[in-house]
Amino acid sequence: MSDMMEDKNIKEETNWFARAIDSDIFYSFTRSKLVMVAAFVTFAYFFIALFAPILATQNPFDLGSLDLMDGLTPPAWQEGGSSKFLIGTDDQGRDLLSAIMYGSRISLAVGFTSVFCAALLGISLGLISGYFGGFIDTLIMRIADIQLTFPSILIALLIDGTVSALFPEVRREDSAFWVLVLAISLSFWVQYARTVRSSVLVEKEREYVQAAKLIGLRPFIIMLRHVLPNVLGPVLVIATINLALAIITEATLSFLGVGIPVTQPSLGTLIRIGQDFLFSGEWWITIFPGVALAIIVLSVNLVGDWLRDALNPKLR
Amino acid sequence: MIRRIIQSIIVMFVVALISFLLFRFVGDPVNQMVGIETTPEQREALRDKLGLNDPVIMQFFGFIKGAAQFDFGVSYQFKRPVAQMIAERAPATLELSLMSAIFALLVGIPMGVYTGLKRNSILSKFFLTVSLVGISLPTFLIGILLIYIFAVQLQVLPSFGRGEVVDIGFWSTGLLTVSGLKALILPSITLGLFQMTLIMRLVRAEMLEVMRTDYIKFARARGLSRTAINFGHALKNTLVPVITITGLQLGSVIAFAIITETVFSWPGMGLLFLHSVQNVDIPIMAAYLMLIGFLFVMINLIVDLLYVAVDPRIRVSGVSQ
Amino acid sequence: MSEPLLKIKDLIVEFPTRRALLRAVDKVSFEIAKGEVLGVVGESGAGKSLTGAAIIGLLEPPGRIAGGEIYFDGQRIDNLADEQMRHLRGKRIAMIFQDPLTSLNPLYRVGEQLIETIQTHLPMNKKQARKRAIELLDEVGIPAPETRIDGYPHQFSGGMRQRVVIALVLAGEPDLIIADEPTTALDVSIQAQIISVLKRLCSERGTAIMLITHDMGVIAEIADRMAVMYSGQIVEIGKTYDLIKNPKHPYTKGLMGSIPSMSGEVKRLVQIPGSMPRLNDIPSGCSFHPRCSKVFEPCYSKRSPQIKVGQSDVACWLYSEEDKK
Repeated sequence: MSDMMEDKNIKEETNWFARAIDSDIFYSFTRSKLVMVAAFVTFAYFFIALFAPILATQNPFDLGSLDLMDGLTPPAWQEGGSSKFLIGTDDQGRDLLSAIMYGSRISLAVGFTSVFCAALLGISLGLISGYFGGFIDTLIMRIADIQLTFPSILIALLIDGTVSALFPEVRREDSAFWVLVLAISLSFWVQYARTVRSSVLVEKEREYVQAAKLIGLRPFIIMLRHVLPNVLGPVLVIATINLALAIITEATLSFLGVGIPVTQPSLGTLIRIGQDFLFSGEWWITIFPGVALAIIVLSVNLVGDWLRDALNPKLR
Repeated sequence: MIRRIIQSIIVMFVVALISFLLFRFVGDPVNQMVGIETTPEQREALRDKLGLNDPVIMQFFGFIKGAAQFDFGVSYQFKRPVAQMIAERAPATLELSLMSAIFALLVGIPMGVYTGLKRNSILSKFFLTVSLVGISLPTFLIGILLIYIFAVQLQVLPSFGRGEVVDIGFWSTGLLTVSGLKALILPSITLGLFQMTLIMRLVRAEMLEVMRTDYIKFARARGLSRTAINFGHALKNTLVPVITITGLQLGSVIAFAIITETVFSWPGMGLLFLHSVQNVDIPIMAAYLMLIGFLFVMINLIVDLLYVAVDPRIRVSGVSQ
Repeated sequence: MSEPLLKIKDLIVEFPTRRALLRAVDKVSFEIAKGEVLGVVGESGAGKSLTGAAIIGLLEPPGRIAGGEIYFDGQRIDNLADEQMRHLRGKRIAMIFQDPLTSLNPLYRVGEQLIETIQTHLPMNKKQARKRAIELLDEVGIPAPETRIDGYPHQFSGGMRQRVVIALVLAGEPDLIIADEPTTALDVSIQAQIISVLKRLCSERGTAIMLITHDMGVIAEIADRMAVMYSGQIVEIGKTYDLIKNPKHPYTKGLMGSIPSMSGEVKRLVQIPGSMPRLNDIPSGCSFHPRCSKVFEPCYSKRSPQIKVGQSDVACWLYSEEDKK
């Protein structure tokens, strides 16, 4: 009788796929059609952005391939449009569809990189702060508090401006990507740090840490093995929501003119370019990138929202 | 309570320090101020005159002293005193922020209460969708969409500027003219939409949380009417954290005004700050930073005080300490 | 015999979950007469609180009444709309909960909450209501009620708070009070005080009480009759004295045997092996049979009906033959 039970247990352990399908998370996922659509859209975006060079009809970043005479062509279904430029061109002759693909690419790249760096920075600082405690802990947490009182846009703007002021020799075009990543990740690390720190504080008191210390093992490493799994859930939720925020922040900074420059426009830059043409009737230059931006952000937010609800033990 | 005040002072100090460092060490003030023909000796003389060769500590205190007297130096770009420039444009930003906050509260709180009480109605689902959109869309996109619909297509509202303003003493207001009011509508909604959705979600979450408490259960068990429970007990308990968060939001509204002012070419402090970042006009950047920092610290402090006034538990325990 | 105040017949409370339909209260029947105190005991999760919540109509969704009938003063109430039920609540049936701190709204003064409740049920103006509130506080034993009426809940100690809760419940002058673990959150010494307050008030006013608790001492102190619940069913119900001195159902016997006694010889405390089954794993037949030392053939397949043994009702197959002796 007990052999059968053991076999059954082992079988359950290894059949994680069946468990995943049977789990509550998957259940709530399939239950909500909206979230499934959102997830699909998100992945579609990633896919398109990744393979933009193959999918796009034109490389809008290659200034040489642009023809000013093509500029301001309306979308294909309107009068004056052509099937070569499905949704029209901007003032420089960039095919808008290709520009959106490439622009999404940059936006997503900035978004992911920033979130990754912010997470890296935040988790590290959280670990250090929680583990060592004392002065370092207080210092890091005070900085976090101070930073939290200010909105991220402001911080990003300041860092962006300061860096530009400190290094006026570096050309805007080359450094824009990394300056943006720096600015955005520096404004977002705090949440990761706090979450990780509280987990560390909890784990630090556990007996196995004391025991490990007695044995002479590095409790730090052991804590990592136990803290990180606990923390993964909340960090993932923070990261997803941060991704949407990072994309928005990049778009906003680009729109304001301090982000990705016009030569290799991201979605925000495109919208900025387009605003000037709204009144003269060339609405597509702003509206289409705007719609693209709205869709990707909404989708990421929906997925993040669902993730947060699914991982919240209180609601289960 | 004392702890909070000390904390605020520390934050101000740090902000001032950063502003000062920015002001003094990023870029060269002298080179920005003079022309190409000025000789090195003249530059040295200017440095001395400006006190740039004094010990750094002294310069720092000088900076703070100046700040306390609203002297933030002279703008690189415009060659005018920074403080004056900011003061000119402050009313525009403040009016805009105020209008947007009023919009957010007037629309957000009722929506939040409704979606909290009637969780499954169609209207609730609609409101929640709107809230998701409000949170997802970046402010500038909302502004552009509003411009497109109301200014370009329907042509009922202006898309830039403040309209006619009336000067009352040192304040210039757009509230007293029709064109001024019209000009305020789209920017206020743009700036306020994000806050509104935040407030709505917060009120909703709080209502849901409160409705599950024991005292609400007990109130129902005592036979109190729906209205008495929803609006008497539940709402009051809901509003406490809402006040806190809204107050905290006020500060970031002023920061977000930068974006809205850009979209609508609204002549406020935010736009000034943005131009200063684009043109590396350090004095304005530093001054704006100090101002915003001060504002945030003040707001946080006031909200803390308000919290104590509203929640009697804190009041009593605070006294007994 | 006069009509009972409360009559429950075959009450069923279910919770639809994703995986299964869970039945938390399984065909429970009992009555409470006017002015009587019925104690309902059982382990946590036996369904006691849900029964109480079902009676007053405050079952939290997705829980719902899936069968049976509830009669109050001759009128059927389980199928009433919520608004109609509300008219009964507080005025005729009231309920108090376990934790007095969370039962009171922390932002309102005690007096405000009292006056509000009084005015909901009785036609009084503010001044009269305030006077009545002070009287109530005095009745429940709060010293200096004229001043304390303006206090906030957190300014009262645990025992005092529960007295305030009782005052709130008495404000509507109900005929039946359902008390769900009223003393569990209090210190032992305070428990006795609260129980005596309840006892006194209810004998003075003729209020019936359904006292839900897992504390046998409280039951012995105040209950006229007692019902023992196990796994959503009543296994034995009868006069308190009978059940304590002469328990019939094996589970009741186990419960009584597990109480340390100050008098008499010191025997080993009885432990009932195993634990109460989870809602999604209820045994067939008599739900107690896996833990019962007297289990025999009919127990595995069929649930016993309530069998009259003396003055008690017992749901146990052991007595269907014995009765015929």
